[in-house]
Amino acid sequence: MLELTPKKVSERSTLRINPIKTCQPVGAMYAALGVHSCMPHSHGSQGCCSFHRMFLTRHFKDPAIASSSSFTEGASVFGGGSNLKTAIKNIFDIYDPEIIAVHTTCLSETIGDDLNGYIQDAKVPEGKLVVHTNTPSYVGSHITGYYNMIAGFIKYLSEASGEKNGKLALFPGFVNPGDMREMKRLMKLMGTEFIMLPDTSGVLDAPMTGSYTMYPKGGTSIPDIRDLGNCELTIGLGELTSEFPADFLEKKCKVPYKTLPLPIGVENTDNFIMALNQFSKNEVPYEIEEERGQLMDILLDSHQYTNNKTVAIFGDPDTVLGMAQITLEMGMIPKYVVTGTPGAAFERKANALFEKFGVEGCVAKQAGDLFELHQWIKNDPVDLLIGGTHGKQVARAEDIPLVRVGFPIIDRYVHSYMPIVGYKGAIRLAELILNALMDRQDRDCDDEDLEMVM
Amino acid sequence: MDSRDKVLDKYSSKIYKNRKEHVIEIEGGEPQVIAADTRAIPGIMTNRGCCYAGCKGVVTGPLKDVVNIVHGPIGCSYYTWGTRRNKAKGDENTKDFTQYSFSTDMQETDIVFGGEKKLRQAIKEAVEIFNPECIMISSTCPVGLIGDDIHAVAAESEKLYGIKVLAFSCEGYKGVSQSGGHHIANNGLMKYVIGTGDAEPLKYSINLLGEYNIGGDGWEVERILKRIGYNVVSVMTGDGSYADLKNAHTADLNLVQCHRSINYIAEMMKTKYGMDWIKVNFIGLESIKKSLHDIALYFNDPALIERTEAVIAEELDEIEEGMAYYKSKLEGKKAAVYVGGSRTHHFINLLKYLGVDVILAGYEFGHRDDYEGRDVIPTIKIDADSKNIESITVQPDQEKFKTFHTPERLEELKAAGVPLEKYDGLWADIAEGAIITDDFNHFETEEFLKLLKPDIFFSGIKDKFIVQKSGVPSRQLHSYDYSGPYAGFRGALNFAKDMTMATYTPVWNMIQAPWKSEPTLVGSLGGIE
Repeated sequence: MLELTPKKVSERSTLRINPIKTCQPVGAMYAALGVHSCMPHSHGSQGCCSFHRMFLTRHFKDPAIASSSSFTEGASVFGGGSNLKTAIKNIFDIYDPEIIAVHTTCLSETIGDDLNGYIQDAKVPEGKLVVHTNTPSYVGSHITGYYNMIAGFIKYLSEASGEKNGKLALFPGFVNPGDMREMKRLMKLMGTEFIMLPDTSGVLDAPMTGSYTMYPKGGTSIPDIRDLGNCELTIGLGELTSEFPADFLEKKCKVPYKTLPLPIGVENTDNFIMALNQFSKNEVPYEIEEERGQLMDILLDSHQYTNNKTVAIFGDPDTVLGMAQITLEMGMIPKYVVTGTPGAAFERKANALFEKFGVEGCVAKQAGDLFELHQWIKNDPVDLLIGGTHGKQVARAEDIPLVRVGFPIIDRYVHSYMPIVGYKGAIRLAELILNALMDRQDRDCDDEDLEMVM
Repeated sequence: MDSRDKVLDKYSSKIYKNRKEHVIEIEGGEPQVIAADTRAIPGIMTNRGCCYAGCKGVVTGPLKDVVNIVHGPIGCSYYTWGTRRNKAKGDENTKDFTQYSFSTDMQETDIVFGGEKKLRQAIKEAVEIFNPECIMISSTCPVGLIGDDIHAVAAESEKLYGIKVLAFSCEGYKGVSQSGGHHIANNGLMKYVIGTGDAEPLKYSINLLGEYNIGGDGWEVERILKRIGYNVVSVMTGDGSYADLKNAHTADLNLVQCHRSINYIAEMMKTKYGMDWIKVNFIGLESIKKSLHDIALYFNDPALIERTEAVIAEELDEIEEGMAYYKSKLEGKKAAVYVGGSRTHHFINLLKYLGVDVILAGYEFGHRDDYEGRDVIPTIKIDADSKNIESITVQPDQEKFKTFHTPERLEELKAAGVPLEKYDGLWADIAEGAIITDDFNHFETEEFLKLLKPDIFFSGIKDKFIVQKSGVPSRQLHSYDYSGPYAGFRGALNFAKDMTMATYTPVWNMIQAPWKSEPTLVGSLGGIE
């Protein structure tokens, strides 16, 4: 496995090998699927739309619907205006969504299609909506596309009526439906009224009932997106993902915001709960206290199996930072912390974490790739890998256990239903990490050292 | 109103006009004409991919000893990384790069100022790190628009590093589906790779064309062919290699499995090297037997013929009992099959053997000849979109041209039923009354599911869960749902087992919650029991 990867790390300025990111449009598609009765629309050649639907379907094992402008060479020369116009008509005629969320592609961006103009000119049936965002694939990553789409919804729909609604606006970050459910549960427990955008729970983890519906029950409602402008406060979870839409909403509708790390691990979840506490002025209920106490119990009980274990974490920036936090809390050493998404803030935040926990020799890298991470590991190995499916090659090549967390996980089931956020999510992560490390100990030890009790 | 009309009637007049040519019901008598290989309608949820997907994703990507650099933003390379199940295995002499994804990861500045410099540097880095014998560059949408001359960069790099460097202008917007990309890839391999090797010819040697080794299909076919005594010179392109492809011209016969994606190479090799090709199908017992008989007839060596019969008998013996069992579980079921541009046809015979009728079928990116047979090729109208895909012509190679049989012998073989340069398309095996939809889309899938109620649906990942959520068992036939191989005799057994499993998994009996069918409200009303 990966035998052609040399141990020697050579300077690479251009060739990207085994990336830890993909392009903007798929993030936009994911965000749009988190709006109720929304058809994500890819304005480009149909291959983009197919690739993105495949990517999402493989991760969620659930239908990911989206349509395409199906550019041909002609459209690429003369502009995609007429393709989009036809597409909008056909989508409303045949698939009847409440709203179409258009995102661009590197194709339509390179030819400079004017989406604002096209949408203004499009025939949109009474009561139906079309919104858009620009997602040039050659800027940022899928994370960029995700937050651009959220801002696109706000740009078109959110209004400040002058009357506050008493609610909290929550941007959940680039997380699974299972995480979004957990965030909602915590907010409800805290007595917080909220609007969350997007909300893919009930869409990409919709139940099997025997009858297919194109627009399942879940997703943020359009009235709620409009009402975002009347919220008291925004909390953006995942500072590198949610600051952009939070800032956008503030600029447009004067909703003040604060951003917090994804609530992965103890301290990050504490901060989220404290922020909800400050917002709602409600006391933290016993149910949450109990969960936190259980997590403390588990981490104490098991700390000898995680202490000083080294780990390499890769994936999306906020998820990786969250995982770095929880592994540090478990006494582990996040030796390599890598995201494919570009942005210097990632390295700053990771380094601040290393400093805070007093760990030395840890490396953080933005705009990195799995090829380089693998080379680092070849030179100085780790006990555990944490990240998405693509890490399985490195895991196999170097015989290191892999705990699957984040996006994409295309070779396992159930993950998208289960949270990694909140105290409950931390308990789950602790179990995953402990099982991986302890199974490895059981596998590797001599017969006489096989412990019946651990 | 029949099912076809019921579905089409729901369209607006404009779409109706377009789709009615693509959706037909098979009726006896007159040859049926279908519209195919035309533009998808914007906004209609087509299952098609793009030109790049056909070129790099399908044809060049599986070549294991090639560093396939995708020139463009990151996504295109990312999505074709390990997702298609074209299995490959390297050895001491053959590097296997299929575990890697290479991209120039173009940024905004590259779009503005051009990406050639970046591409040059990426090639340099690939050479320094991996020292490959061959690099292939695939363009993505923006590359064509900003005018990067990837062919010039390839030629220059070839000189600079003394290795083979090929460039494919397979921008996603070209053509109307993956199909254009197949053609572009075929052209490149024909022009620059095939025929450049100097291996000694082997006896009874064949190339396996249009076999992508999904789930190990190619390995299973090779195993059988080798047992009989054939030498496989090259496979295009599953577990194939640049090194083998160079010598493809030394083989005696080309076997074409996927007609759509590779018939161009078969045709061009016939013209350039005199090599005959026959359409084979290694999916389904009857088809495999026929194909093996055809190949044996072509070589016409008594020992080979005898060995063919012995191998068939042994392989059949191995699976007979299992097949009979699964047939008893599946007989009478109805299936829908939507895969690729040839594969739907390939699976019909296997399903027939299991007693399963295909009532709904079609292709994503097939052309009319894939449905109606190659005889219609001269009558296919070339439209603006197909004109944009280069069609190259080749001349006989004075040195390497050779013929295996005399024209008279070829006629005899044809008369004996050997499909030399012949393919009769899906029509040859589809049952009367079946509904065929070309470039099938989400809407038609959903509607026909309701009307025709197939017992199982074979398609791809995008519609798998849509169909499954409707309560119909569904399996991917692009990726074999991470199972396989399905080719060959053993593959047939795997398929039958998987189909049975999909149909009979206990979960199907539990979908409805008991309270949906039984009253659960028990209690007292106003204090009265």
